[in-house]
Order: sequence, then structure tokens, then C-alpha cells
Amino acid sequence: MIAAAAFYLFAAILIASAVMVVTARNPVHSVLFLILAFFNAAALFLIAGAEFLAMILVIVYVGAVAVLFLFVVMMLDIDFARLREGFQRYAPIGAIVGGILFLELVLVLGAWTFADQAEALRIAPTPPSPVTNTEALGLLLYTDYIYLFQAAGLILLVAMIGAIVLTLRGRPAMRRQNIAVQIARSGSVAAEKVPVGAGIRELGIRRPPPPEETRRLAEPAHGEADHGERH
Amino acid sequence: MTQPLLADYFPILVFLAIAGGIALAMVGGSLLLARQKPDPEKLSAYECGFEPFDDTRRRFDVRFYLVAILFIIFDLEVAFLFPWAVALGDIGWFGFWSMMAFLGVLTIGFIYEWRKGALDWE
Repeated sequence: MIAAAAFYLFAAILIASAVMVVTARNPVHSVLFLILAFFNAAALFLIAGAEFLAMILVIVYVGAVAVLFLFVVMMLDIDFARLREGFQRYAPIGAIVGGILFLELVLVLGAWTFADQAEALRIAPTPPSPVTNTEALGLLLYTDYIYLFQAAGLILLVAMIGAIVLTLRGRPAMRRQNIAVQIARSGSVAAEKVPVGAGIRELGIRRPPPPEETRRLAEPAHGEADHGERH
Repeated sequence: MTQPLLADYFPILVFLAIAGGIALAMVGGSLLLARQKPDPEKLSAYECGFEPFDDTRRRFDVRFYLVAILFIIFDLEVAFLFPWAVALGDIGWFGFWSMMAFLGVLTIGFIYEWRKGALDWE
């Protein structure tokens, strides 16, 4: 009873926040509604018994993907006035594309038939045994579905290399930290013991010229500074 | 229909209800009980503060995006490690080396990004 009530509550919030994602005027607000939608989807997964997926949804989608969306929204540099400008013009085309997609969805769902066992299995993703949800996933994923698992690894590799190739620009003025050079340099910098009480002139250390000399040298160049001093 | 799993999560539902109730009570209470006297001066910048010079929304460096996307990829890699660690006793050496191959592929990507300097900031 409580599970059913919670399901309808979370499903209603999910649909409401999904509508807000599309209709919110501020893109940052729509990303925040998207995060709310992710949380509610995680709750629905939990009610359906997919505990591990629910937690991964919170960690990966809320923790990482939503942050990425925020980055993208902030990077787009959106001009709201210009964004609304073409709405009337593009509305018919958008309606046609949306209508086709809706028709396809109707066709797919109309031809959908459930297997006989699916009705019973739907709410129990794990067999009724001491195997937990995460363990049931682990038992299948790495052995029975090894090709799909390795394909997932390759997709991640492609995403990584693609992101680097697309966004990394070599900067000519960039100064990288070269740790090997930094460590090798420490031999040329050394502390030196100085006799106590000796003046620096006796030690042969060069010192800046006395202040009278600097002023005499600087005076022709800095007439205005001198002028300001007198005031 | 009722699962033992959901009973474990019932306290979280209770916490959610309490949190929502407290939030509603605070906002609703201040709306109902407090005196409302809206004034444009209340919303203006206070004393030494000044109006913003330009829009907050400005373009920033694409390298933040690169760091975020690399973070997502390694986040997913870790997500794959959890069920593997739980089931390692049952899936044997085959499962172990399966995961090692997966990690090897991602290590190639990691070496690539390290050598390209994608992790360096100026």
C-alpha cells in the first residue's frame, strides 16, 4: 500500500519536473528540474527493486552528468531575447518532427506484447534467494555478458579520446611544470655559511646603489612623479 | 508484491516526509504569520554595494568541460567495479581477468590523456 502510494507520488513529481525541464524559461532552472527528475527516477528504480541502478543513477547522473549539463548551459552564453526570436518561425517544423516521433512511439507501443513470464518477473528483478541486487548483476555482467562489458570499456575509451581531441588546444604561451628539471635544478641552488659579524661589503656581495644615486638617475625620466611629490 | 528490500528504505521515506513537512512549515509559516511590507528599496543593493556592471552569464574556458567529462568516464569505471567486487568470489578467474581487460583498456586512455597533457592546468 505504502509502496503503491510512494510510486504514484514519485511518478507524479517525475512527470511534473520533466514538464518543467522543457518549459522553464531559465536553462539553469531546467537543469535543476532535471536533477529533481533524476532523483525521482532513482526512487522509482528502488520501488521496482533495482537497488544498484537507483544508487548509480544518483551517483552518476546527479553527481556527474547534471554538473556537466550545468557547465554546458553556462558555456553556451545564452542570449534570452535571441533565443525566443525564432520560436514562431520554427514552431511548425518542430511540431512536424515531434508529431512523427510521437507516431513512431505509438506504433512501437501498439505492437508491444508482453511475454507470459514478464508479468511475474516485472517487480522482482532478482530471484527470491539470498542473492542481493548488486551481486545478481555482478554474477551476470562480467562472465555471461563479457562482450557487452568490454564494448562498454571501448566506448568509454572512445569518449575519453574524443573529448581530448575535440577540446584540447595546445597553447603556445603555456608553461608546463617539468618535475624532472625542477628536481635536477636543486644542485645549483645551495645554502652558504656566512661568518657572523662581517659586513656584506667585506663578503663581496653586491648591493643596490645608495638612494641618492638612484634618484639622480631617475630624475630626468620621472619629472611628473617629482611634481606630484611637491604637492 | 511487497518486497523486503523496500522495508529497509522506509526510514528514508519517513525522513523525506519530515524534511518536506519542515520546509513547508517554515516557508508557509513565514508567509502566514509575518507582516508583509514589500518595498523596492528592500531589494536594492545595500549601502556600498553597487549594481552589477554586466551579465553574470559569460563564456568560460572549455577545459572545465574536459575535466568534467573525464571525471564522468572514471566515475562510470568505478560504477562497474562495485558489482564486480561483490560477486568476485563466485565469478572466478574468468570474471577477474574480464575486469582486468576492461581496466587495461581504460588505462590506455588514461596514459593517452596524461601524455597529451589534458590533466595539466597552465
